[in-house]
Amino acid sequence: MQGNSFSVRVKKDFRRNWSLYVLVLPVLIFYIIFHYKPMYGAIIAFKDFIPAKGIMGSEWVGMYNFERFFKSAYFVRLMRNTLLLSIYNIIFGFPAPIILALLLNEVKNKKFKSITQTITYLPHFISLVVACGMIKDFCLSTGIFNDIIALFGGERSALLQNPAYYRTIYTASSIWQEVGWGSIIYLSALSGVDSQLYEAASIDGAGKWKQLLHVTLPSIMPTIIIMLILRMGSLMSMGYEKTILLYNPSTYETSDIISSYVYRVGLQEQDWSYSTAIGLFNSVINCFLLVVTNKISKKFTETSLW
Amino acid sequence: MKVKISTGEKVFRVFNYIILTIIALVCLYPMWYVAVASISDSSQLMSHSGVLLKPLGFSLNAYAKVFANPMILKGYGNTLFVLIIGVLMDLVMTSLGAYFLSRKNVMFKKAIMMLIMFTMFFGGGMIPFYLTLKDMHLLNTRWGLIIPFLVSTYNMIILRTSFESIPVSLTEAAQIDGAGHMTVLFQIVLPLSKAILAVMVLYYGVGIWNAWFWASTILRNRELYPLQVILREILISNDLQAMGGGDAEAIAMNIKYATIMVATVPILFVYPFLQKYFAAGVMVGAVKE
Repeated sequence: MQGNSFSVRVKKDFRRNWSLYVLVLPVLIFYIIFHYKPMYGAIIAFKDFIPAKGIMGSEWVGMYNFERFFKSAYFVRLMRNTLLLSIYNIIFGFPAPIILALLLNEVKNKKFKSITQTITYLPHFISLVVACGMIKDFCLSTGIFNDIIALFGGERSALLQNPAYYRTIYTASSIWQEVGWGSIIYLSALSGVDSQLYEAASIDGAGKWKQLLHVTLPSIMPTIIIMLILRMGSLMSMGYEKTILLYNPSTYETSDIISSYVYRVGLQEQDWSYSTAIGLFNSVINCFLLVVTNKISKKFTETSLW
Repeated sequence: MKVKISTGEKVFRVFNYIILTIIALVCLYPMWYVAVASISDSSQLMSHSGVLLKPLGFSLNAYAKVFANPMILKGYGNTLFVLIIGVLMDLVMTSLGAYFLSRKNVMFKKAIMMLIMFTMFFGGGMIPFYLTLKDMHLLNTRWGLIIPFLVSTYNMIILRTSFESIPVSLTEAAQIDGAGHMTVLFQIVLPLSKAILAVMVLYYGVGIWNAWFWASTILRNRELYPLQVILREILISNDLQAMGGGDAEAIAMNIKYATIMVATVPILFVYPFLQKYFAAGVMVGAVKE
């Protein structure tokens, strides 16, 4: 009876919506080929993949590739670099647009405000390749940063060859590129704050600082939390593109992260199964982090992504 | 009633203006430096050290080199091809998916939604994706830069949210008149969604404009290189041959800066006009469902 009514419902649904399913078919095919096929292909993480033998024909090696990674000399370094770079980016990169938005929000002169906004968005529109090209030039021993260092009597050095400076350069340049753009979302949240709240607060004798703490920040807190969840969820998923553009063997010690290692092992050294295993390990952690941060946020703030 | 401004607040305001001005200058200066250096005389630029505020001498040699470099123009051409075809195809595919997901009373909508959403949290990784492209014969072709990236899940969900806000009465009226889903989508829903479609064009367009990684990975034929891959050779790998060869070394720095200008100014030029759409998109994306 139950099964019967299900098949009846399916038939009815198809009769009614068949043209809708035809419409969505190309999209489904896209997802199956370019998202689900690679997920199936990730099986090679558990195999000794040899292209000539195909995915099915290659020998099953179980967790060998994962064990190889956990035992490798790079494991600790990669985990540390990925986490530290992420944490740097959260500690310094996350508050930056909020602060900028708060400062801009206090500006009464409309023209000054819009010019400042336009200028701070500007770096966002420089492509990553060009931005990294600029960073590389500025960091040369003859570059502008060294000119300034020399001006104050410092020693010239190739900044991007020094592992000690890498994280600072990476983080600072990311802030430079994204601070203005990132502030848009907070500015829109700020513009939604009821001005009566400020009036009430100032009648109660609250100064600027008190207004910030008791009116402004609570009002934009949901936005801040959503953005923070997204950031925390991607703690281990630092992209490889900027790293590949900026790093070089002399800075691997601090610059090499999981995703750039996946790229090197996979596409440059063609160790496909090993690379896939590392990528898979990273994906699982990312997925886990996103779910956990969302759960935490749901529990404490009633704000969540889903 | 005029509100009295305390001294503390006045001090804060002045500081605020000063801090914001400094931030704006820091954001602007790198671009200014590049612009000024690109038209400077190469030997004066080499010997100069310190902050550069205005051009040192004047020379357009670097620009002559850049424009004489066939790879730059070819790169522009390749990027434009992928940009135009790609954005069109992206829009059609994203609209189809978003339309389906915005309909009501569809039995398998939830299952399909989950199938799609899941890909935002988990993926097969770089090598399986590469092997998929290989299986689909997308290596070393321009289509390899378009087809594997047709739909961005994030964009599709933004578009779906927007489609859902179109009054059902409009689409139902058309359907009672006998219009199929194709007609409803292309003649009612899409014309009503011009603003959000502009945002989509920009999001996909910027994505394609900036893309370099997969292009540099799957293309072996240099004739197909999009602009960003050429830029990478010149700016990141310091490839003198890519800069135009010959006497490039002497003015390599200038060439780099001129290349950056040629690759960036067109974008910066249109960007003030596009800015409001970008901002609008950020807002739509931020709307919680």
